[in-house]
Amino acid sequence: MKIMISTRGDFVSPRFDLSSEVIIATYYDQQLMEEPRSLILSDVSAEILCDLALKENVSTVICGGIEEEHYQFLTWKKVTVIDAVIGPYADVLQLLMDNRLKPGTILPGVTSREVAA
Amino acid sequence: MKRPSALHSSPVFAELLNGIPHGIAILDRDLCIVTINRFLEAMIGHTAEEARGVYGEFILRANFGSNNQPCKEVLETGESLSIDGNIINRHRKKISTHFTLSRLHDEQEQPIGVLIVLEDNSVAKGADSIGQEHAATNEILGHSPQMEEVFELMSVLARTDASVLITGETGTGKDMIAEALHKSSKRARQPFIKVNCGALPEALLESELFGHVKGAFTGAVTETVGMFRLAHKGTIFLTEIGDLSLPLQVKLLSVLDDREFFPVGGSKKVKVDVRIIAATHKSLRQEVQKGNFREDLFYRLNVLHLNMPSLWERDGDIRLLLDHFLRQFSEKLGRNVTGFSQEAIDFLIDYHYPGNVRELRNIAEYSANICQGQMVEMKDLPQYLFRPEKSSPTNSASIPSSPSPSSVEQIQSVENISGGWAGIEKEMILDALRKSGGNRTQTANLLGWGRTTLWRKLKKYELA
Repeated sequence: MKIMISTRGDFVSPRFDLSSEVIIATYYDQQLMEEPRSLILSDVSAEILCDLALKENVSTVICGGIEEEHYQFLTWKKVTVIDAVIGPYADVLQLLMDNRLKPGTILPGVTSREVAA
Repeated sequence: MKRPSALHSSPVFAELLNGIPHGIAILDRDLCIVTINRFLEAMIGHTAEEARGVYGEFILRANFGSNNQPCKEVLETGESLSIDGNIINRHRKKISTHFTLSRLHDEQEQPIGVLIVLEDNSVAKGADSIGQEHAATNEILGHSPQMEEVFELMSVLARTDASVLITGETGTGKDMIAEALHKSSKRARQPFIKVNCGALPEALLESELFGHVKGAFTGAVTETVGMFRLAHKGTIFLTEIGDLSLPLQVKLLSVLDDREFFPVGGSKKVKVDVRIIAATHKSLRQEVQKGNFREDLFYRLNVLHLNMPSLWERDGDIRLLLDHFLRQFSEKLGRNVTGFSQEAIDFLIDYHYPGNVRELRNIAEYSANICQGQMVEMKDLPQYLFRPEKSSPTNSASIPSSPSPSSVEQIQSVENISGGWAGIEKEMILDALRKSGGNRTQTANLLGWGRTTLWRKLKKYELA
């Protein structure tokens, strides 16, 4: 399973359309196949991210707030979107591998102290 | 830090916040949510309980500066800020919002947090944005489920860069849809070039599409870039693609595959980055079966398919469009035509509009011009609407100039026979022969012909 998480620093970015970083990871049987790859994008745009998701052939996109049209586009392209997720991406990834990640999940560790750290 | 928490614990304060008709968020000095009011709960889709303690930016999902920069600025300087922006809520809705950020103090004037007021601008901006959207989509109107489906599909098609094939009867708005698709795609700022493949002869069309070099043929005194190069990085709209000749179909197929071509008479390949939208009122699948259209090109164009419903299929849209066009033409002409009489509207709703929206628009324009009062009456409608429709141009053109009453009956009875006029005529002769018991003179009289004509026709159809 190949996944893409739109990130800002160590966290899932609050908005998909304003993300300039993504993490791409591949896992199988609750194990990461390789070290997650981080990509920095030159432009910030939901369209670029949608194209990237298709180009990378990911099966799941994890993000914060996403507009309906981009959500519909990705789901139409058979990409599962788990949106409105708040939390550190490493924990989010683990939760996904454990098959426990749901849209709207708010994980611990999202107060300003952790964000600043 | 303690103060807002203490305030939040007071039920009076909570009620006070809930009474304000705007979204309110109170952030502590670490810019984490202390509380939000009910209005904001509804706006963002998170409850106050869920949001409490979470870094404000993660919950609000606003577009004002990255990493909560404005909040930090307000906390540091103490100066209030007003920003126009938007939020994306949990239900994936983008809400245009006006933010007002102010610093909160304690009794010693020490900063203890930030107050954010979020005013939902979407209602005020709704009308504008709908207007803009309509301008962008060239005022494609329709509330019918069929059109809702089209609009839904359009939003998906606009996001892709694949070729689109638009089909539908004449006058259904294929051109408008193509333009709207271009305008809402990422190529919107690039050119949109429309080429009517049925309007030009083959040789001219090739030069029109792909351009030609100087001296490529007699009269080619200058180099022409062609529509494909004009549409570079944009969209080319090939309307009436079904009329494209077979040799040009081959060339178009190679352009679609390789994204490059040779201009007429040129020896240098030209590369283009063009999105192709094609439209036709013909059934391309049937054209493929007939051998008039290349199968490979059909599949190449038919990556994404959008079929425009004909007007009679669009439940409830006729009334909407009639009112819209009447109002539009009435304003344009400076008339005071307010609507249609009940009788006229009933008639127009029942009419089947073979010319679809184009015909409906013309009816509305005609009515707005002719109507002398405020309401369009039956007499103000085009007269052709009341005439019985002819079955087909071929049949009507071939009807004898002065047929006898009996032959008219015969013509009407055999109108739906397949095989064109020849088939109909043969059937008419056989019918007349049957009625006259094989008597040729009576048969000729029945048909309104002379005996010689009948004899000639019998020979022609091998009935003699």
